Amino acid sequence: MTGILETLAEYLSLDFVRYAYASGILVSIATALLGTTLVLRRLSYMGDGLSHVAFGAMAVGTALGFADSFVVSLPVTAACAIVLVRSGEGKKIRGDAALAMISVAALAAGYILMNIKPGSSNVSGDVCTTLFGSVSIITLDETDVAVSAAISAAVVLFFAVFKNKVFEVTFDPDFAAACGSRKRAWEAAVAILAAVVTVVAMKLVGTLLVSALLVFPAVSAMRFCRSFAATLVASALIAAVTSAGGITVAIIAETPVGATIVAAGAVLLGLSCAFGRK
Amino acid sequence: MPLLRCDNLSVGYARHAVASGISFSVGSGDCVAVVGANGSGKTALLRTLANIMKPLGGTFSYDPSVRPGDVGYLPQQNPVQRDFPATAREVVLSGCQARRGLRPFFTKSEKSAADAALARFGAASFAGLSYKTLSGGQRQRVLLARALCAGRKMLILDEPVTGLDPDAAADLYSTLAALRGEGLAIVSVTHDLPAGVEDATHILELSGAVFFGTKEKWMDGRSGVCSVCGDCVSGSHHHHGAGCRHACAGKGAQA
Repeated sequence: MTGILETLAEYLSLDFVRYAYASGILVSIATALLGTTLVLRRLSYMGDGLSHVAFGAMAVGTALGFADSFVVSLPVTAACAIVLVRSGEGKKIRGDAALAMISVAALAAGYILMNIKPGSSNVSGDVCTTLFGSVSIITLDETDVAVSAAISAAVVLFFAVFKNKVFEVTFDPDFAAACGSRKRAWEAAVAILAAVVTVVAMKLVGTLLVSALLVFPAVSAMRFCRSFAATLVASALIAAVTSAGGITVAIIAETPVGATIVAAGAVLLGLSCAFGRK
Repeated sequence: MPLLRCDNLSVGYARHAVASGISFSVGSGDCVAVVGANGSGKTALLRTLANIMKPLGGTFSYDPSVRPGDVGYLPQQNPVQRDFPATAREVVLSGCQARRGLRPFFTKSEKSAADAALARFGAASFAGLSYKTLSGGQRQRVLLARALCAGRKMLILDEPVTGLDPDAAADLYSTLAALRGEGLAIVSVTHDLPAGVEDATHILELSGAVFFGTKEKWMDGRSGVCSVCGDCVSGSHHHHGAGCRHACAGKGAQA
């Protein structure tokens, strides 16, 4: 036991470990809040689709020679998010089919590009890291922490101020429209935030695992919360605990950090199901 | 000047009109019952009047004194909401969203309007419960209370008695009559004949040729002997499709 604590203390004295904790907790709070609205709108799978799109767009960015591929992946992912949020509304191709096709096509295109124009000599290592996150503790710098903090603050502020509006367009978009709410504008705002948060969270847990950060906390909170306000707060707290717990376990057990965070989310969901009232 | 006037309105989905040639007007204190068979365009008409879909032809206009926040819409229940974590009170309060506008939070008067609406539809006792744990009838009362919060001048109701037991339905009809007495205009789709048209001042029937007129005129048009129950219908107006059959079934059930 003391050995474990010593290991932890040793790790915590390192800057990049503290950065990992800070970014992990901040980003997962933002994903949990947005994930709650996505889960309630029956768009749980959207985070997954968006991260695949972001993967493809990042490969394009790298191939085009951008130092930071976010320049390409952010706008592309945001545009896709807006299309997907609206795709349920009587289009020729149904929302879920569109999502499945876009996400798998983007994944394939990204992998092809990464092989044609590799960013480094170790393509399979790069791909694995992008898909599943870093094998060991994530190495982040101050800029990453600042970006995470800014995005988390923006999302928390958005939900604190517009909680009622988000509730109204999520619970009953038709009624909101009948009341003169600009449903489409609010949907677009949520979609853009979801895209930004997905792209940032990918760095933490990897492309394939990011949707867990969106879905697990929300579903866990819904197991025991009565009101929308309580669900938002609970899912943010659950997400923070998930991230902190997952990173800690990853350090001690020397497991891949992204997958361990997701596993922690699954464990908390199990506990919510076991002990939460219906 | 009526609160709402429709001229030769066509409504429908994806450019396919399900009902057209709809002309009617609603004044303060009126209750228009919209009747007609399934698929005759009743819900489409209400969704158009609630500004959720665009009309396919013709026009409708509200009196300038009626703003978006003055018309309360009761939709049919939607399955997504059945496991939504929200208290009944949160749902009712969302009826005040048009008054709130971009202001983030509700005022005290909006909150007390929500509580009053809950009480009015007999939903005060479960205001703090989660919407997903409520029965279908309880949910219906919550949605009615939300519509009342939104509708200070007019209510647009899509089958308001859905899920209500006979006692609760009778309560609802007397609540609606009282609201009408206070000057609210009501447009209500109903399959619940004859109870649903009992308190109506006007009838809009969408089966076949569109009929709009006072309830008395509509009843006159149905004088004669019905082949089913031998007591209503078969007069000069030929606007007694499914509405008539429902009326007969209703009478048969009562007898």
